[in-house]
Parts: sequence; C-alpha cells; structure tokens
Amino acid sequence: MNVLEFTFLVWAGALVAGFLGSLTGLGGGVVLVPLLTIFFHVDLRYAIGASLVSVIATSSGSAAAYVKEGFSNIRIGMFLEIATTLGALFGAYLTAKVPANAIAIIFAIVLLYSAYVSRRTRPRTDTEEPPDPQATKLKMNGSFPDTSGVRQYNVYHVPTGFGVMWIAGALSGLLGIGSGALKVVAMDQAMKIPFKVSTTTSNFMIGVTAAASAGVYLSRGYIDPSLAMPVMIGVLIGSLMGTRVLVKTQTKRLRLVFSVVIVLLGLEMMFKGLTGGL
Amino acid sequence: MTMKPLNDERVEGMIANLLRAGVLISALVVIGAAVPYLALHPRAHVTYRTYQGEPDNLKSVHGIIGSAFSGDLRGIMQLGLLLLIATPIARVMFSAVAFAVEGDRMYVGFTLLVLAVLLYSLFGSFLIA
Repeated sequence: MNVLEFTFLVWAGALVAGFLGSLTGLGGGVVLVPLLTIFFHVDLRYAIGASLVSVIATSSGSAAAYVKEGFSNIRIGMFLEIATTLGALFGAYLTAKVPANAIAIIFAIVLLYSAYVSRRTRPRTDTEEPPDPQATKLKMNGSFPDTSGVRQYNVYHVPTGFGVMWIAGALSGLLGIGSGALKVVAMDQAMKIPFKVSTTTSNFMIGVTAAASAGVYLSRGYIDPSLAMPVMIGVLIGSLMGTRVLVKTQTKRLRLVFSVVIVLLGLEMMFKGLTGGL
Repeated sequence: MTMKPLNDERVEGMIANLLRAGVLISALVVIGAAVPYLALHPRAHVTYRTYQGEPDNLKSVHGIIGSAFSGDLRGIMQLGLLLLIATPIARVMFSAVAFAVEGDRMYVGFTLLVLAVLLYSLFGSFLIA
C-alpha cells in the first residue's frame, strides 16, 4: 500500500470510529487501537500513540458543546485530574516495560468491560445522606440546570473516587484510550455525582489526562506524524458529525451494534494477545 | 469601565473557546503540512508493522520546533500535534489564573500540581523514557 492509499483508508476508518463513538457515547478511542493493529497491521506502540492524540482532539473539540449546557463541575474535574494525570504518567511508563501481548490482553478486558457497562442499566437511588465533610471541604458539592429548575447535589466517597480515577488514568496511559467509561463509573457510582454531571466532567478530564501520557509517548517516539494525522483528523470530523446528529437519531439499535463490534474486537485482541499474534 | 464578575459559568465559556481554538489551529497546521507532504510522496511505500521509533528531531519539543521551522513537512505535522497536546496544558494554566482571581487558594494549589505533572511529562519524561 502506498502512502496516499494508506492515509485515506486510515482516515476513513477513523472517521467511522469517531462517528459511532460519539453517537453512542462510547468514545471512538477504544476501537481505534484494535482497528489499526488488526486491520492495518500497525505496531501496537504506534497505534497507541496515534489513538491518544485523537483522544485529546475529540475531548477538547466537544468540550465546547458540553460547557454550554452547564453540567460540568470544574472543581471536581481539577481535583480528580491530580489522580488521573499521575496514573497516566505511570501507565505511559509501563508501556515500555510490559510486553505487547500483555497490553493486548489488558486491552481486550477493557473492551469487553466497556461493552458490558454500556449495556447495563444503572440502578441509582438518590441518597438523603448528610453532606460528606471531605467533599464539603473540597467545595465539590454543586448544582445543575434541571427540568424543574436548578438541582443541588452532594458528593460522597472522595478517596474511593480518587483511587478509581488513578486506575482510569493508568489505563489511559497504558492503552492510549480516554477511559471515559471508568471515569464515569468513578463519579457516578462511587462518588454519587449525578450522571449528566459525571459524563460531561469526564469528557473535560479526558484531554488533560491524555496530555499527561502524550508527553511520555512523544519522547519515546510512539507518535508518528504521518500516522497520527489521518487518525486525528478522521476521528475529529467523525465525532463532530456524531454530536450533530445525536439528537435526531434513534441510537438504541446503533448502540447495540457498536457494542457487538466492540465485543468482537475485544475477542480478537484477546486471541492475538494469547497466541502472540501482535 | 465595568467588568463582568468572573463566575464559574463565564470561566467555563472561556475554557471552551480556548479548547476549540487550540484544536482548530492544530488541525489547520497538521492539514496544511499533510497536503503538500502527500502530494510530494504519493507513491512512497509505507509500513508501520515494525516499531522503529521516531528520529530525535520529532521526539522533543526543541527538536520538533527546530525541524518545523527548517521547513520539514513531517516536522510541521508534528508541530501541529504538539500544539494539540499543549491545548489541555493551556487550559490548566488558564484555570490556575481563574482560581487565583476568584481567590480560591486551595484550587490554585491543586491546579498547579496538575500543571507540574503535565510539564514534567512534556519536558522531563525523557529521563524515565
């Protein structure tokens, strides 16, 4: 394959990944690395580097849309970014120490887990507990616009959330993904932050988390401009298209299809990891 | 002259614009270099099957800026990607200033901690890489 064909095909693949990722809310980053390694035979390290760059682009590019809605909480985001950036630095450090097959297996587990999380309905009962003193001291409790006016919320279990965020950061740095699903779990499930606030704040945090491992990737030589270019541009355009049509389409069936794709890619990554095919 | 109070909502709006501008500028730089690069070498053979690592001039901030300004097209593409990586860092710097203006010392501290990790990654991580 010559440069022109390769660039165009990678660009088109990234466009579809970004489009489906933003349409379904599952993120495009998680399918990019399997796409590049399985179908384009790209070395895992180059694939992770290109994917991480595109994660920064989509997170930053779509933040503008979320901010307008007034759901994100910049204090929660900034405090938890201490955990995610330190985790990301550790994860990026590990990529050079852990063999490629082990990374592929971890990647497969994360793929299968994110497909599972996206199918699960979340039983959430609003707690009437008194405000958590730690969260109050950290000024994390907030409010957001709701159908019935402004809704107040309290934040709980800060240390647990911080710990899960560190893991999310480490996975982001190890695998070159945004780890959005795990970030939302940390906030929504562990810290009892309302779902909408969790998802928008998570999106805000993804870019900063990814930037923490991008520096390490860059100095190791994982980021190749000719490969990262079509990936970044494709995912960026695809995800912006996805947010445009998000409101109009019925996404339930699409989510199911995309989840099946993620499971298949996860199984393929697992197989390659176990048989040493990467 | 009256100044609007710097409330959270306004800060978030400014952050959104900053992020959008960063992504737009970096995408334009990357595309601007990619088009002539592809036009000059359309038939070149390409493979990423084996990992070789990037040359030194595409690995460090200093090297990338140097090769971009010497007109190397891959260097200019890498500079665009560097601008993209710098966008969240600029956002964190802006947040530090905004928290300082609001008089929130605790969050200025948290933000500077995040900034330190990011700058270490970009400028100092060759020590562990």
